[in-house]
Amino acid sequence: MNIHEYQAKDLLRQYGIPVPLGRVVFSPKESLKAAQALLGESGGERLVVKAQIHAGGRGKAGGVKLVKDAAAAQQAVKQIYGKTLVTRQTGSDGKKVQRLLIEAGIEIARELYLAMLTDRESGRVEVMASTEGGVEIEEVAAATPGKIIRFKIDPALGLMPYQARRLAFGLGLKQEAYERFIKVVTRLSVLYSQEDCLLVEINPLVVTEDNRIVALDVKLSLDDNAAFRHPRWADLFDPLEENSVEIEAKKHDLNYVQLKGDIGCLVNGAGLAMATMDIIKHFGGEPANFLDVGGGASTEAVTEAFKIILQSPEVKGILVNIFGGIMRCDVIASGIIQATEKLGLKVPLVVRIEGTNAPLGREILRESGLAIVPAATMAEGARKIVELVGKRI
Amino acid sequence: MAILVDGSTRLLIQGITGKTGEFHTNQMLQYGTRVVAGVTPGKGGRLFQNAVPIFDAVVDAARETGANASCIFVPPAFAADSIVEAIDAGIALVVCITEGIPIADMVKVRGKLDSQSQTRLIGPNCPGVITPGLCKIGIMPGDIHKPGNVGVVSRSGTLTYEAVGQLTALNLGQSTCVGIGGDPVQGTDFIDVLRMFNQDDETAAIVLIGEIGGNAEEKAAEYIKREVKKPIVAFIAGATAPQGKRMGHAGAIISGGKGTAKDKIDALTAAGVKIALTPSEMGSTMKTLL
Repeated sequence: MNIHEYQAKDLLRQYGIPVPLGRVVFSPKESLKAAQALLGESGGERLVVKAQIHAGGRGKAGGVKLVKDAAAAQQAVKQIYGKTLVTRQTGSDGKKVQRLLIEAGIEIARELYLAMLTDRESGRVEVMASTEGGVEIEEVAAATPGKIIRFKIDPALGLMPYQARRLAFGLGLKQEAYERFIKVVTRLSVLYSQEDCLLVEINPLVVTEDNRIVALDVKLSLDDNAAFRHPRWADLFDPLEENSVEIEAKKHDLNYVQLKGDIGCLVNGAGLAMATMDIIKHFGGEPANFLDVGGGASTEAVTEAFKIILQSPEVKGILVNIFGGIMRCDVIASGIIQATEKLGLKVPLVVRIEGTNAPLGREILRESGLAIVPAATMAEGARKIVELVGKRI
Repeated sequence: MAILVDGSTRLLIQGITGKTGEFHTNQMLQYGTRVVAGVTPGKGGRLFQNAVPIFDAVVDAARETGANASCIFVPPAFAADSIVEAIDAGIALVVCITEGIPIADMVKVRGKLDSQSQTRLIGPNCPGVITPGLCKIGIMPGDIHKPGNVGVVSRSGTLTYEAVGQLTALNLGQSTCVGIGGDPVQGTDFIDVLRMFNQDDETAAIVLIGEIGGNAEEKAAEYIKREVKKPIVAFIAGATAPQGKRMGHAGAIISGGKGTAKDKIDALTAAGVKIALTPSEMGSTMKTLL
């Protein structure tokens, strides 16, 4: 799960990592007061208005504005609020801005980079830091890889003091800045493990004119698998950032991802679901979704999955591809019939079921009197649904 | 002798009294797997199906029954603890079926695994391991398999069944099928299994099923190029997946343009692996190589 910058900064603050003074606003109306209060609290002369969407590249897309007084801050909020930002991470549809963060400006002396992430290959948490903050780490890695300090953390020991020192020396920090940085990186490693993070990227991590260390921007991803031990995460979830159908699917333990095409897919197992999308495309069709009903494919899951696919008006045909395995195909076939009778099916439906009792399952489908086209293999199923959908256009 | 499991494997089940554990233990017993013990803390002393003794702890089960493999059906919140319990009891092969284990827990487990050499972990979030006709550990449907000499290794569950179904339909039996699981942090990777297949006299050819995300397939390709002379067919799922979206498996996500199907297919092709163009052609592509 990704969270907003202001939420990530709240977390950092809870763990004692300095962030700029800031207020989140959910409408332009409240922004004047928030900006005035911030100027009062900080005693500063500048404010930054930042769009809160789950994507990087906001600055280039016009989602970040530097202003000099409260009125200008409100003006900036008005300009950005409700706007759809298209950045390199949002895809072509962009993301609509419905929350903004107003922050007190700070005096920047140096911009550093600091990140922690879980490296899948080694199975360890990795720390990365660089003197080249404020630019994308991928660019630094390509142009000047020698400027990135990186190492892994022993899971049994956690971040060792010498490792924190190695970073601080490597970044050329001295005296107060050095001491403060050591605290920041030590606290970050505690936050990373206690909050079940998969990625925390502070970029830039700023050294101010008066040698304070401040996290100016932060990106943070949490591990969905660990949600059960973090009841507070429910408050961090922003439904406006997610596809509403995907949220509905999650409630029924279905893995669903909306795509651009017109052929709905209902498949058991994530790998087979991806492969089904691939084979539809191979035969010239476009999948409307990725949908994994779970390896077991229960009748309830299949019914809910049909409901979800049919919510999308773009769907002009459905391909069911279930490798029943231990789940019996006659049970699955009955589930498909129940679901289609209950929901009323107005688009072509091709069903490929394989596994235990597959011939019986296919017979049940044939004898149902419903307009269900059976298929014996994945290829046959994909070819048939592409043909049927093509015919209707 | 195939790899990992055979007729001499003595299996214990962690979480044998749970709904899933119970169902699949029965399936494994029916297949002929030697299930010698179960473990459910607090239920020690009872019998499963009036035949398999249940213990409170893995170490007791192993000592009393000589179990040398374990299959874990414990819920995600407690699964890491169960894996470590099996490692500490010296179980040689641990297969973890559980899906949804927090990744931080797996990072700790991996640290533990890396510090010893007695236990191999398969999974988590995997269908298990089967040597057809001899031993089935996991949740795969036994009857689609057929003894033979094609090794199968995969990150997916049902897509593996699809491959096996195709192979069996073409009369190509399997030596051993290993599901390494769809999670980002795992106990065993492609290279580990490829190495075992490469050294196994009963494996003549290999099917490798990968998917988008990470670079395990690219690493496997490097290894294949260097070490493996046996014919290999690969299929990579997710060529049509959008960037930045998690496709069901926690590990299946293309990030920052890395981990795409194309990268993986290119790397494998360069290593001399034959790519199945569609998931329907995994079996037939293998047939052309044998």
